[in-house]
Amino acid sequence: MTATTATTITIEAPPKGRRPISRSFWQTAWRRLSRDPVALVCGGILLLILLAAIFAPLIAPHDPYRTSMARRLLPIGDARHWLGTDELGRDLLSRLIYGGRMSLFMGFAPVVLATLIGGTLGIVAGYCGGAINMAIMRVTDVFYAFPSVLLAVAISGVLGAGLVNSLVSLTLVFTPPLARIAESVTTQIRNQDYVEAARATGASGWRIVFGHVLSNVTGPILIYASSMISVAIVIASGLSFLGLGVSPPNAEWGLMLNTLRQSIYVAPVNAILPGVMIFITSMTMNLISDSLRASMDVKV
Amino acid sequence: MQKIAVEIPTKTTQPLIDVRDLSVRFVSRDLDIRVVNGVSFSLEAGGALCILGESGSGKSVTLRALMRLLPPTAQLGGDIVIAGINVKSLPAQDLRSIRGRLISMIFQEPMTALDPVFTIGTQIAESVVFHDRVSYSAGRQRALELLELVQIPSAKRRLDAYPHELSGGLRQRAMIAMALACRPKVLLADEPTTALDATVQIQILLLMRELQRELGMATIIVTHDLGVACEVADDMAVMYAGRFVETGSSTDVMEKPRHPYTLGLLKSTVHGGMRGAELDPIPGAPPDLADLPPGCAFAPRCPKHEPQCDGQMPAMVEVSRAHYARCVRLNEPA
Repeated sequence: MTATTATTITIEAPPKGRRPISRSFWQTAWRRLSRDPVALVCGGILLLILLAAIFAPLIAPHDPYRTSMARRLLPIGDARHWLGTDELGRDLLSRLIYGGRMSLFMGFAPVVLATLIGGTLGIVAGYCGGAINMAIMRVTDVFYAFPSVLLAVAISGVLGAGLVNSLVSLTLVFTPPLARIAESVTTQIRNQDYVEAARATGASGWRIVFGHVLSNVTGPILIYASSMISVAIVIASGLSFLGLGVSPPNAEWGLMLNTLRQSIYVAPVNAILPGVMIFITSMTMNLISDSLRASMDVKV
Repeated sequence: MQKIAVEIPTKTTQPLIDVRDLSVRFVSRDLDIRVVNGVSFSLEAGGALCILGESGSGKSVTLRALMRLLPPTAQLGGDIVIAGINVKSLPAQDLRSIRGRLISMIFQEPMTALDPVFTIGTQIAESVVFHDRVSYSAGRQRALELLELVQIPSAKRRLDAYPHELSGGLRQRAMIAMALACRPKVLLADEPTTALDATVQIQILLLMRELQRELGMATIIVTHDLGVACEVADDMAVMYAGRFVETGSSTDVMEKPRHPYTLGLLKSTVHGGMRGAELDPIPGAPPDLADLPPGCAFAPRCPKHEPQCDGQMPAMVEVSRAHYARCVRLNEPA
């Protein structure tokens, strides 16, 4: 132990102006991210929305489901209902907070699922190559042929409305692009010298996949997946808007936008509030994904 | 899964490496190329062989064939016996247990042959943990010993360094440490100094020679650099179009070259004493491996070309003790 301390001391006194301790890839990425003002602001906003959604029952000033015919479509700035009420007299602020739960879930869950499924398929396809690659990638290409919104609507339409069904359809929509990203990165890594070097030291196929391929693929996939979250929120809201997602009286931003649409001439500000929430969430998510990309770039 | 499929014998009567009539063909739907055509050599433990030749002469493929590190399109012929194990007929799943432990390899590009997302220490320890079935901390301890063995300064700190934080020379040292991790009996080096600058080259070569003597490994080095070849090898084999054209001890091959190609290689070397002199390159380019000339493959470029050269491939002839060459004009005075 004494020997260890002795060497540590010599390490801690390097020539001036040199940084002896090396940071890992993830440490560097985190350091850069925590110094990026855009990422910090967006992260803060997103965290607020997330926390509000998680602790909705504690935060929401009113019951989001209690209707009141007397208080329909109150404008913003009402003493009791700060953000006004909707067409059934329900408190909009409470409904927006509760709606965040569903909308954020529909933003994250399908992307996480699609990352796992698509990532696995892509890595397997890329690493095995040949006929397996052909089979997996051509099937994903079929899904690629449809515009993502159309595909989501079509699948949801077949499966019927509901939370689980829209989750399934969104996962199916996001799996092909993630599989394609994973496949292209894996193919690229498979031909790197260090994979051959690993094979030369006797590494098995699985160890190469888990050790070398997975750790090199994670970055690109993560960046892409984070940018998909905002798209997922928008599409999920779109599904609800079309009546294919969450059903009323549940609060969900897309659904709220749909029902408030009828009052747009009476109370336009109230009607666009759920849209504003969707906009803020997807915008911050996009900006965070941009910052993530910048912070994970090794070359800078 | 935990069993080691191939027992590596400690002592054999045969030479450590015995390669007989090795041939490698790359066959796919639209090509069929014979890259290596009948290479034979043997090497004792502790010996160093250098394979010398131009780009595309089949040097690297020969080397990779020794550990069967070739794409599935490659078809091997002949026999490869290393330490009594017939590597050529070993089932694919057993190759893992000889790679790293019996044979290991140093690659040309230390930039790309190390994984950018792992530290040097992790990458070395990984291989030790796998082959020696020890704990990770023991593997790390071994990695530290290895980094000290390859003379990396402040090795302890370098364990936690990522490849991009090291210079080319240090990276190549780390690469060597990785190759030595499991005490291999045979070390293959594929142009180990090509990517390094001249001052570092000589350091790495000296290190390799030192390690080879210290650890008693058989070493095969592939290079196109005559200086490197002289520096490290006891024996030398000059390769052209997938065949050895001249083999022998380094001194014999360097001082008394008998094959016109070896002579040409020696003449086209640039060194300090040549200021003002015209360079004398070998004219033309290496032949297309898919369409080799019927006779001696070097005949079209040979300055001493004769009609009988185009007949058939001349056989290896012993010109002096343990010095062989493949040329029809060998009986003429050199």
